[in-house]
Amino acid sequence: MFASFMINAWEAATIVAIVAGVVGFFTVLRGEAFAAHSLPNGAFAGAAGAFLIGANTIVGLGVFSLAGAGMIAGLGRRARSDVATALTIVLMLALGDLFLSRTSEYAPEIFALLFGEVLGVSTSKLGPTAVIAAVCIASVIALYRPLMLSSVTPEVAEARGINPRVMDLAFLVVVALVTTMAVPVVGSLLIFSLLIGPPAAARSFTSRPLVAMGLSVLFALVTVWVAIAVSYESNLPIGFFVGAISAFAYTVGRAWTAWQQSRGRKVAR
Amino acid sequence: MVKTDPVASPGGPLRDGTDLAAPALVLEVDDVSVSLGGRRVLDQVSFSVQAGGFCGLIGSNGAGKTTLLRVILGLLTPSGGRIAVTGGTRRRRDPQIGYVPQKILLEADLPLRARDLVGLGLDGHRFGLSWPASKRRVVVDEMLDAVGAIRFADARIGNLSGGEQQRVMIAQALICRPKLLLLDEPLANLDIRSAAEVVELLARIAAEQRIAILLSAHDINPLLPVMDRVVYLADGRAASGTTDQVVRTDTLSQLYGHHVEVIHVQGRVLVVSGAEHQAHHAGDVDPFLRGV
Amino acid sequence: MLAASWSTLFEPGFFSSEPVRVALIVGAITAIVSGVVGVFTVIRGQSFAGHALSDIGTAGGSAAFLVGASTLYGFVAFNVVAAGVMELIGIRKPRGRDLATGIVLGASLGLAALFLYEGTISTSTTGATVNVLFGSIFTLPPGITTVMAVLGVTAVVLIGVLYRPLLLSSVSYELAAARGVPVRLVGAGYLLALALAVSMSAVTIGAILSTALLIGPAAIALRVASRTGVAIAIAAAVGVVACWAGTLIAYDSTVWAGGNGWPVSFCIVVVIFVFYIASGVVSRFRRNRRRATTTDQPLAVKPVEAA
Repeated sequence: MFASFMINAWEAATIVAIVAGVVGFFTVLRGEAFAAHSLPNGAFAGAAGAFLIGANTIVGLGVFSLAGAGMIAGLGRRARSDVATALTIVLMLALGDLFLSRTSEYAPEIFALLFGEVLGVSTSKLGPTAVIAAVCIASVIALYRPLMLSSVTPEVAEARGINPRVMDLAFLVVVALVTTMAVPVVGSLLIFSLLIGPPAAARSFTSRPLVAMGLSVLFALVTVWVAIAVSYESNLPIGFFVGAISAFAYTVGRAWTAWQQSRGRKVAR
Repeated sequence: MVKTDPVASPGGPLRDGTDLAAPALVLEVDDVSVSLGGRRVLDQVSFSVQAGGFCGLIGSNGAGKTTLLRVILGLLTPSGGRIAVTGGTRRRRDPQIGYVPQKILLEADLPLRARDLVGLGLDGHRFGLSWPASKRRVVVDEMLDAVGAIRFADARIGNLSGGEQQRVMIAQALICRPKLLLLDEPLANLDIRSAAEVVELLARIAAEQRIAILLSAHDINPLLPVMDRVVYLADGRAASGTTDQVVRTDTLSQLYGHHVEVIHVQGRVLVVSGAEHQAHHAGDVDPFLRGV
Repeated sequence: MLAASWSTLFEPGFFSSEPVRVALIVGAITAIVSGVVGVFTVIRGQSFAGHALSDIGTAGGSAAFLVGASTLYGFVAFNVVAAGVMELIGIRKPRGRDLATGIVLGASLGLAALFLYEGTISTSTTGATVNVLFGSIFTLPPGITTVMAVLGVTAVVLIGVLYRPLLLSSVSYELAAARGVPVRLVGAGYLLALALAVSMSAVTIGAILSTALLIGPAAIALRVASRTGVAIAIAAAVGVVACWAGTLIAYDSTVWAGGNGWPVSFCIVVVIFVFYIASGVVSRFRRNRRRATTTDQPLAVKPVEAA
C-alpha cells in the first residue's frame, strides 16, 4: 500500500487530518457540529455550479463555502444558530440540485466530492492543499486566545472588547477554508467526521486545552491512516472506516468519562 | 428619583487616591437613563462606589440590574447621564473593570482546567497563544490562592461545583488587578453556605485590595453583613445610600410609587407590597414567612 | 384574456396530469406533518437532528435499494433506530447533543457510502445515488400515497398525544421533570415522530431537502406567531402553499427553462425563502409599531417585567 501512487494519498490525508484536528478542537468546543456538516456538504453545490459554467470547481467550492459561512453568521444574528445553519444548507443544496439538473451527465467528480477520492489526488494538487492548510492552522493559532475566551465565556470576552459576532464569523470562515482544501481531497463526509469525532474523543482524556488539541490531531491522524490502510486492503470505501472509527473513538471517550465519574469526583479531578 | 446619599457628589471634583481622609470614588453613575425599544429601562440612576466599598445592586428580575451593569461596562450607551470610572470616562475593554457574568456555560467535558480559565482572564483578549512563562504561572497561582481555589486549580472546570466555579470566575476577573469588580447575580444558583462563602471572600478582597465591588442580587439578606451601601432598583428608578437609609418603608414606598412594608424579622429583611396579593421579597429565606 | 393568463400561470396539462396530482397531494400531506413536527423541532433546537435523520435515512434507503426492498421501509427502519440511539446517548445540553447527532450522522453516512458502493458495483448506475439523495416528487409510484398517509397520521397523532408534556419539557426540562412528566419518554416519542416525518418527506422531496419543509415553515411561523397552536397552523399552511407553488413553478418551468425544467425541490425552497424574508419584514414592522405607540416616559406604578 506504499506504492508510489499511494504516497500522494497518504500525504494528502495526513495534511487534512492535522488541519481537522486543530480546527475540530474549536468546532467541538463551540458546538458547531451542524456547521461542520453543512459547509462541506453545501459547498459541493458551488463545485457543481462552477462545473456548469466551465470554471474551476475548487474555486466554486471556495466561493460557496465562504458564502455559506457568511450566511450562517448573518442569519444567526436574528434566528437561532441551528435554524440559520439549517436554512443555509438547504439553500445551498437546492442550488446544487438546480445546477445538477442543468447538465445531462452526472460528472463523477461531483459525486466524488461527496464521498471522497483521496486515492485520486494528483501531486500538483498537494501544493495548494498544503498552503491552505497552513493558512487555516495559522489562523487558529492567531485567534486562539480571543476565540477561547469568546467560546467559553462570551460575556467576559465582550467586556474585554472582543466582538463575539466577529469571532463567530471568523471561525466559520476558517471552517469554510478547511472545506475548500479538504473536500477535493477527502470528500465532505470525511472532513465532517474528522472535524468532530477525534476532537470529541480527545477532550475526554485531558482537561488541558492545548493537550486536547494535540490529541485531536493525533486521533485524526490515526483515524485516517488506519482507514486508508484498511480501505486499501479490503477495497471498501474509506468513508465507511472513518465514520466507524470516529464513532468508536467517541464511544470510548464517553465510556472513559462515565467510568471516571462513577469512581467519584475526587478521581475525576 | 429617591436619593438619600450624602456622601457622593455627582459631577463634583474627584479626589485622587492619595487623600486618605476620603477614599477615592472608583465608580460614579450620574443621572443615567437608558431606553430600550421605547421603554425606559433605567431612569436617572445616580450612585457612587468608593475604593474598597461594597455596594449591592438589589432588584427583582426585570428591574434593570443587568442593563445597568452593561452600561457601566460600556456595552450599552445610555440615553442620558454619564459614567466615570476612576475619574475618567470608561472605554470599551477597560482593564480597570473586572466582570463576572451571570450565567456561564461550562459543560462537564470542557477541556479547560481552572487555572486555564483564570489564565484567559489575564490575556484572553490578545491574539495568539500565551507564552508559557513561569512568571505567568506564579501570577495565576497567587490569584487562585487568594480566592481559595488553589486546591482544585488543575481540575476540569466543568466538574467543579457552582460555588467553586464562581470562585474561579472571580479569580479570572481579578487577575488584571481591576479597580472595580462587577458581578451579575453571582449568588443566584448557590446554596446558602456557598453564597455566604462567596460574599465573605468578596468582602475580604474589597477590604484588602481596596477594590470597589458592585454586585447585583435579588435577595438582599446575604449581603447585609458586608454591604456599606445599597442601590435599590425598581422599574428603572433607583434609591441609593446605606442600608438603613434605603431599606425603609418610606423610602421604598416612594421608590415603588405605592405602599410597601419593610419588615425586619430575626435579623432578616422582608419587603412586602401593601397592594393586594403581590409580594416582592427582598429576602425570602424563611419558608413560613413566604405566605405573608 | 383571462383564459390566456390562466394558461400562462397554469401551463396546460397541469391539473390533468396524474403525477402532478400525486405530487400535490403528497406534498400537502408532507408539508402538514413537517409543519407540526417542525415547530417542536425548532423550539427544542434540534434542527441538526431533523436534518441528520434525512441523511441517516439515506443509509437505510441505500441498504434497502441494495437488497431490492422498498427504499421507504429502509429509510423508516434506519431512522427509527437512529432516533433510538440518539435518545439513548441522551445528552441534554444542545452542544453535546449536536455532537452526538453528528457522530451518529458520520457513522451512518459511512454506512451509506458502503451500501452505495456495493450498489453501484452491482448495478453501476450513479443515477441511483441521485434518486436516493434527492428524491423526485414527480416520479412517485402511485401506491405510495397510502403509505405516506399512514406514516404521516402516525407522526401527527403521536405529537398530538404528547402535546402538552412535550411543550412543557421543550420549554423547561427541569420544570417538566419536577411536575412528574416522564421527560425521557416524551423526548423519545418526539424523536420517533421526527423519524417518521423525516422518512416520509425524504422519500418524496428528497433526503436532503426534507429539512427545508421541516425547519423553514416552522421558523417562519415562530417569527410571527406567539402561541404554539397558531404557529403549527401557520407552519402547516406555509408548507402546503410552498409545496403547491413550488410544484406549479417547476411544472411551468419545463416550458420556459428548457430541458427538464427546474427541479421541484429547488422551486419549493425558493418559495420558502421568499416567505422567510417576508416574515422577517413582518416581524420587524410589528416591532417598530409597538415601539412607536409607547411613549418615552417614566413608568407608572405597576412593575413591568422586561421582555
